[in-house]
Amino acid sequence: MAHTVPTKQMTTSEMGLAIVAAVFALFALVVAAKAHTPEYAFHAAIFAIAAGASVFAIANRYFDRPAMLPPQEIDGRPNYNMGPVKFATLASLFWGIAGFTVGLVIALQLAWPALNLGLPWTSFGRLRPLHTSAVIFAFGGNVLLATSFYVVQRTSRVRLAGDLAPWFVVLGYNLFIVVAGTGYVLGITQGKEYAEPEWYADLFLTVVWVVYLLVFLATLMKRKEPHIYVANWFYLAFIVTIAVLHLGNNATVPVSVFSPKSYIVWAGVQDAMVQWWYGHNAVGFFLTAGFLAIMYYFIPKRANRPVYSYRLSIIHFWALIFLYIWAGPHHLHYTALPDWAQTLGMTFSVMLWMPSWGGMINGLMTLSGAWDKLRTDPVLRMMVVSVAFYGMSTFEGPLMSVKAVNSLSHYTDWTIGHVHSGALGWVGYVSFGAIYCLVPWLWNRREMYSLRLVNWHFWISTLGIVLYISAMWVSGILQGLMWRAYTALGFLEYSFIETVEAMHPFYVIRALGGLLFLAGALIMVVNVWRTIAGAGEAASEPAAIPALVPAE
Amino acid sequence: MSLWNRHKIFETNSIVLILGILVMIAIGGLVEIVPLYYLKSTIEKVDGVRPYSPLELAGRNIYVREGCYNCHSQMVRPLRDEVERYGHYSLAAESMYDRPFQWGSKRTGPDLARLGGKYSDEWHRAHLADPRSIVPGSIMPAYGWLAQTPLKADEIVQDMKVQKLLGVPYSDDMLVRAAADLRVQATTDDPEADALARRYPKAVIRDFDGDPTRITEADALIAYLQVLGTQVDFRLYDNKANVR
Repeated sequence: MAHTVPTKQMTTSEMGLAIVAAVFALFALVVAAKAHTPEYAFHAAIFAIAAGASVFAIANRYFDRPAMLPPQEIDGRPNYNMGPVKFATLASLFWGIAGFTVGLVIALQLAWPALNLGLPWTSFGRLRPLHTSAVIFAFGGNVLLATSFYVVQRTSRVRLAGDLAPWFVVLGYNLFIVVAGTGYVLGITQGKEYAEPEWYADLFLTVVWVVYLLVFLATLMKRKEPHIYVANWFYLAFIVTIAVLHLGNNATVPVSVFSPKSYIVWAGVQDAMVQWWYGHNAVGFFLTAGFLAIMYYFIPKRANRPVYSYRLSIIHFWALIFLYIWAGPHHLHYTALPDWAQTLGMTFSVMLWMPSWGGMINGLMTLSGAWDKLRTDPVLRMMVVSVAFYGMSTFEGPLMSVKAVNSLSHYTDWTIGHVHSGALGWVGYVSFGAIYCLVPWLWNRREMYSLRLVNWHFWISTLGIVLYISAMWVSGILQGLMWRAYTALGFLEYSFIETVEAMHPFYVIRALGGLLFLAGALIMVVNVWRTIAGAGEAASEPAAIPALVPAE
Repeated sequence: MSLWNRHKIFETNSIVLILGILVMIAIGGLVEIVPLYYLKSTIEKVDGVRPYSPLELAGRNIYVREGCYNCHSQMVRPLRDEVERYGHYSLAAESMYDRPFQWGSKRTGPDLARLGGKYSDEWHRAHLADPRSIVPGSIMPAYGWLAQTPLKADEIVQDMKVQKLLGVPYSDDMLVRAAADLRVQATTDDPEADALARRYPKAVIRDFDGDPTRITEADALIAYLQVLGTQVDFRLYDNKANVR
């Protein structure tokens, strides 16, 4: 039977997306021309250029590609789509370095305010959202995109659903990051913590996120495995809940299509509640559920052991997502939020300790029978230490959510220290571990270029984290105590500025900690670059290394 | 154990799994947010809280734009030291027209909820331009450009219309006079000042930035800072009246 060569045609999605992008490019040009502010015109122009570039990219790909789209399977094995995964992995490295660097800059600004330079674009108030968004959404988000697209394919044993859609997700998400980040520097912000991007960036992210959900879901639906693997439960909870939170907290009415400004539909006390319902669950579902999914795939894979307890993972999953959503009001203790809501927030935050530690135990105990690898494998060590940090910060969190503790800790650097023990220790380390696993897998290398460099990364950044969080603990508790200190005569002992001046040494130590963490990440970038370049591959291949036997 | 086997339905059906997730995450949010809209005790009944005047609103938008909330809270907690340091604890009613709310989460600098009237305009001008000229140990960035940048507020009526759409009680009169009110409030001894003060009681009306020839961003921001926490008269406020 003769094979008929199929005639090459544009697919419906190629045609459709190209038309949509072309129309959108024209629309964005009109907005750019009529924009009320030059900053907004700049953003409209970015959108126009990006849309125009995607029309070109789609057409260019069409001319270059064979008539047939890539097959779902080759010789009975799934033909995985790793292009978008590779892109998101590299993007996470780029944004990680950018976000850590901005963090270091603002840490130095707090120690030496002259570094604000007296310019709008470099002042702390604009750079701090740049730092938080860059590390959470740009670095963390790209790690989640990369790992979720990798894990869902491998655990479902099918190719990622969609042809252009996965690329739209990773490229669109990174475009959102660029618009959000440049917006902060130019003074475009909603003024809601961790949700600073304005209405048009939010709308665009909504489209990207819905496509992300659809790609993920469609891949699950065509899976070849009977069961959905536990990591995918967590990824799904992360994607769905972030969508709900994003829509709820960004319900705004724009002043005009030609203005970047919008006003939120919630006001005052209700806005505060919605904000921290969002804010705390950005922690709970973006920085926790998503990264727990990483834990549930990469630690068993790297340790070559099954997940410790299947039943514990079921309880962990449902209890965690049910309890987390209540915890928001602990950010509003003793404020004008009604007491009943504060009490609910505190109660559920304390209860949340249990599923959090259940998850930690499930992750740590996965190493049963493989503990010796902690000595030999710095990548696994990094991930295990990340789970230990997860345990520490999920103990500290419930503690700080108790109203009596919170009356001291709130508004101080203790909160900053707490966040960073979770962000640097847990999110950072589990991400680095995942990247160290992914890069050799994606680029078909035996192992990272140098495990010695991984070791250096581990120790340098661990030192950085310890300096960072202990400096913030001391400065936070010190400042909290100074604010409430009374003299024997019953007067407040310290003026506010005296408490600010007392922070200086700790701000210097904190910046040093941040510098070390950044240095560690730069070592990782070098290591990844050498690995992808293929350095050391051929040389280490033939030499027969005598097998080492663990001393038992 | 049969109950564990029941979990199979979530693990084999992605739509059921999504529905399960949605139910689980819906409960907490609904219970905590929805009652804030119908429980009357959420926002106290209190006299004096009014919508922001056009100039104050423009100033507030600058406060938001510069990210002041990253270092300054606007929420005095009912704790002894805070009430003594800053003033009466904040009421929910005082931020009922705040979109977005700016309660903040960090006090790298002091709380600003009761800043209004505490310092002179001149103090604010000098402090914004160079914080360390007033407070040597301050780590606040300098905001010198605010007094150099003319206020761009030709859209302020649009802003107020959007707020009105969302429920802020701006009258038609306020909307019609928005542009004029903005100018009047930044002018010392303007003949329209009394009419403005009737529309926006307790509005501070004068040239804030020390440059009567033009209205700058510093005018707007200082007008906002000077009204913070001054609308409710706490000599007349009866906190027992709101106990239900």
